[in-house]
This record gives sequence, structure tokens and C-alpha cells, in this order.
Amino acid sequence: MGGYTAVTAEDLAIMLDAIGVESIEELFDAIPAGVRLGRPIDLPAGEPEQAVYAELRRLAERNVSAEDEITFLGAGMYDHYVPAIVDMLMSRSEFLTPYTPYQPEVSQGGLQVMFEYQTAISELTGLPVSNASVYEGPSAVGAAAYLAKLANKRPRVLVSRGVHPHSRETLATLAVGYGTEVTELGLNDGVTDLQALQEALAGDVSAVILQQPNFLGAIEDVQALADAAHEHGALVICAADPLTLGVLEAPGHQGADVVVGEGQSLGNRLDFGGPSFGFFAATQKHLRSMPGRIAGETTDVDGRRGFVLTLQTREQHIRRERATSNICTSQALNALGGVVYLSWLGRRGIVELGELMLQRTHYARETLAALDGVDKLHDRPVVREFALRLDVDGRDGVARVLERCAAEGINAGYALGRDYDEHGDGLLVAITEQRSRGDIDRLAEVLGAAVAAEQRTGAAAQVTA
Amino acid sequence: MAPASYPDDLLYHSDHDWARIEDDVATFGITWFAQDALGEVVFFDPPEVGSSVTAGEFYAEVESVKAVSDVIAPLTGEIVEVNTALADTPEAINEDPYGAGWMVRVKLSDPGQADELMDSETYQGSL
Repeated sequence: MGGYTAVTAEDLAIMLDAIGVESIEELFDAIPAGVRLGRPIDLPAGEPEQAVYAELRRLAERNVSAEDEITFLGAGMYDHYVPAIVDMLMSRSEFLTPYTPYQPEVSQGGLQVMFEYQTAISELTGLPVSNASVYEGPSAVGAAAYLAKLANKRPRVLVSRGVHPHSRETLATLAVGYGTEVTELGLNDGVTDLQALQEALAGDVSAVILQQPNFLGAIEDVQALADAAHEHGALVICAADPLTLGVLEAPGHQGADVVVGEGQSLGNRLDFGGPSFGFFAATQKHLRSMPGRIAGETTDVDGRRGFVLTLQTREQHIRRERATSNICTSQALNALGGVVYLSWLGRRGIVELGELMLQRTHYARETLAALDGVDKLHDRPVVREFALRLDVDGRDGVARVLERCAAEGINAGYALGRDYDEHGDGLLVAITEQRSRGDIDRLAEVLGAAVAAEQRTGAAAQVTA
Repeated sequence: MAPASYPDDLLYHSDHDWARIEDDVATFGITWFAQDALGEVVFFDPPEVGSSVTAGEFYAEVESVKAVSDVIAPLTGEIVEVNTALADTPEAINEDPYGAGWMVRVKLSDPGQADELMDSETYQGSL
């Protein structure tokens, strides 16, 4: 495929000659020997385009799409149906090919989308101010802890182990940069331990970070946790699953000062784990400490409705070298998918969807927990996801059970042992409106058989030993 | 907006800041030229009372519709008062930069630094 490399040997000679250098080697002489590889990169020789295409197709076939199996995999990303209207609007060139809006008011349509999106997120989260989106849920959590640092300048945050492991990792990474110490709070029977929180709270705690529902699917008592945090002057940051907010109280109405979350379930597909968007909403008081941008509604000189870019306080083209946020223009495209999806679903639809998930999740949880060798990991109320305990040989046993299920065309869920040493035997099962009662019955059949088979071989192994 | 003016009773710093010195306390603000260059000011982020400021270094931020900019201290000292009214009326920085638009009062640690500032005529000559 060398024909697609733009620089010919002749081009190269002309360019080297223009800067007075004899060879590529001489050009790179300035790079210290210690950081140079000293040999060619170990890559195979070039191949014809047709051969490359065949190889890439072979690699792609190793992927299993959520549409090729019955999937109960969730853990933060969910297999919801994406209606055609989302793709239709997202692929319009006005939205698909934007450039950084240095003069944003020229693009009234783009600003109106941001404004409508912010309105929807405000209503879902129960907080008055939403930005026009950030990259994804985990970085939204990290940015929220920075907002807390700006607000009260305290050095430490407490993060529940019920917060998504990726969010906790991202938080830990970003917090190094802004000098915040991260302490984890344990769970008690599936939810954040209120007593442990009360004991950990002190005057140096900037924020308490929760997730609703938490990673184990359990519904947290956000109000009680928020009240405890506020008693010590700490902010409350709550990551939330937006599609559960049709049936759960908005965290902003339960004391959360900042509500963030992963937006993938709103009209964004499970493509390669992304791209998606994160949402970020806060109380009025924290308006100027928010990352990203905020669009506003106004009237023009003739009194007609119009939209403006109202705030982008922390962005790099406003704050220059002291910027603390850089959300790129095309991020708005994924948020557009989110607001189109929410508009398609509607006010009643999001409640109906929540109720449907609630009922099917309850059915799935009871059906699976009734299987031999399968128990609930906790008894807490759940909406769309729940954790089970499999009576097999820990992490390895769960991995083999998942392989057996996969061989039957079922992705049974997420092995909790990947992130939780204390739950090596845990399995996280997610339900969306795409999983019918028939699918759930099929999962029960396959999972029951897989656990039974694992128990037999596990027992046999023990006898042999 | 008020017409351009550079009162004679003030001292000026080359970063377009002014100081009004009364004994060992000085009031700081930004000049008419600075507010005109910034455009409509929408937010003033003040320092904390008790914090120290150093001549030539920033002590606060002003946000206009165009940009967030540092405000440079013309003299060194400790903040004894900030103009809290600017939280609700940041436009005073545009409308009355030498009056209601004042930013902080500073107890000077080295009043002799005032000799390095410009008078109105010199400052206007530098614009």
C-alpha cells in the first residue's frame, strides 16, 4: 500500500535540500542516541491493498457484536435500541462536519441543539445548570472532583467503591494533576457504607462521590449520604445512569451538588466502546467552575429567539495557558445523539422504559437466583442491573462459566472479579428493553447448565487432587 | 461606557492598572484603556482578604465576553478589602473604572515602590 504514501523519494530530496540537510538520518541527529531505537521497527514488509483488506477482515471477524449474541453485558455501557432517526440526524453534514466555532452564533442550529440538550440533562438530573457535554462518564467524574477543589480548596475526596471502576481510575489519574488525594469508601451489603462515610468525613474532605445505581446495580440512599457529607461542608458528586432516572428520583433533588454520568445509553451505540459522551450538571453556585461550554437562549435586536455561547470559562481559547478544560467541537455530535434519543423517547417513554427494565430485571434476578449454585450478591433494590454470586471456583470458575455460555450464543454478563477482589465469584447481569422474557429464560437455562457443568468438573478436579 | 480618562491623582502601571495611595493603603483597579480592550466585563474573581500580592504579578481575574484575563498588581502588600459589590455589578469595571469599579485595597509593604509607577501624563504617552 506504499502507493498511498504522499512523499516520493524526489519530494524528500527537494525538502532535505531546502533545509540544507543531506539525509533523513542527519535530520534526526538532534535526537539524543539514548532515546532512539537504534534499529528499524519490527514490522512486516508492505502488502498489496487487497491482502491488507483480507487481513483486517479476518481480524474484525474475531469481534463479537452485541447483535450477534444475546447479551446481558452492561457494567456502564448498555445495549439499548438506537432508532434510525438518531443516525439520520447525526449524519447530516451540518452536524457531522463542524469546525471549532470561533464565531459560534453563526451556527444557530448547533447552539440550539446544545441548549435543548442542556435542558434535557437539567430535567433528568434535577440540577439547574448543565454544560453542553464532556467526553464520557469517567472523565466527567474526574472533572467534577476538580470543580469541588475549586469550590472549597480542600485536599481530599472520598469515593464509594460503588462508583464504576473506570471512573475511579480516571479520577485517581486526574486527581494527581490537581493535587487531590483519593480515598475509597467500602460497600456494605451492596451499598455505600453510611457509617464508614460518617467516620471518614472530616474538615479536609472536598467531596463525596457516589453512583446511582451503583456498579453492583444497587440503589443508593443518596439523600442520607448527601446529608452526612453536607454536615462536614463537603460537596456531593453523583454519577448516574440517565435511563434509570425515569423511575428513580433525580440525584439533584436528593442533595447532589454535581450530577455527572455516561451518556452512551442515550442513542449512542456500543461501537468499539465509544465514542460516547458524558453529561455534567451542577447547582447555580458552581456555574463558573464547570468544564466545557454552555449555550444560552436570548433574543436578537428584532426580538426573535436566538442562541448564544454563554459560558466557556475554563476553555483553552478563553483562559489560554491557564485553561483547565478542553472539550472539542465534535463532542457535540454524540450529545446530539443523546438529545435526539431523549426527544424520541419522550417524557412518558422514559418512565415506561424504566418500568419495563424494572420488571424484567426483577424477573431475571429472581429466575437466576433460583438456579442451583446461583445466589443474589446483595438484596438491595435494583433497576436494570444486578449482581449474582456463582458457587464455582472464584474468578477462574466464573470465567469458565462465561465461556460455556458464550459457546451457546449468550453473553451472561460481567465478571466482577475483574475489578473487585472481594467479589471473585460475582457476575453482573444487565437488562435492557432488547432482552425479552424469552431471552431471560434462555439465559437461565444456559447459565444453570454452565454452573452445573463447572461444579462437576471443579468437583472432579478436587477428587483428582 | 464612560469617555476615556486618566485621573491625575492616580499612579499607573504599564500593565494598565492604577493605584490610589492614601498613607500606607492603596486602592487598585484597571484603567479605562484596559476595560476598553477587554470589552464587556461579566465576572470579577477576587483574591481573598489576607492574601499577599506582589507588584507585577497577578492577583485577580476579570472575565469579559472575549476572554479571562489576569489583573496585575502595581504594588506589593496584603489585601485588606475586596470590592464585593463587583460580584453583582461587574459592569462597574467598564462604567466607572476609577470609582465603583475599584477592585481591592492593599496595605503596602513597600510604599517606596510607588516611585516606579507612572503619572497620568507618562502613562497616556505610553498608550
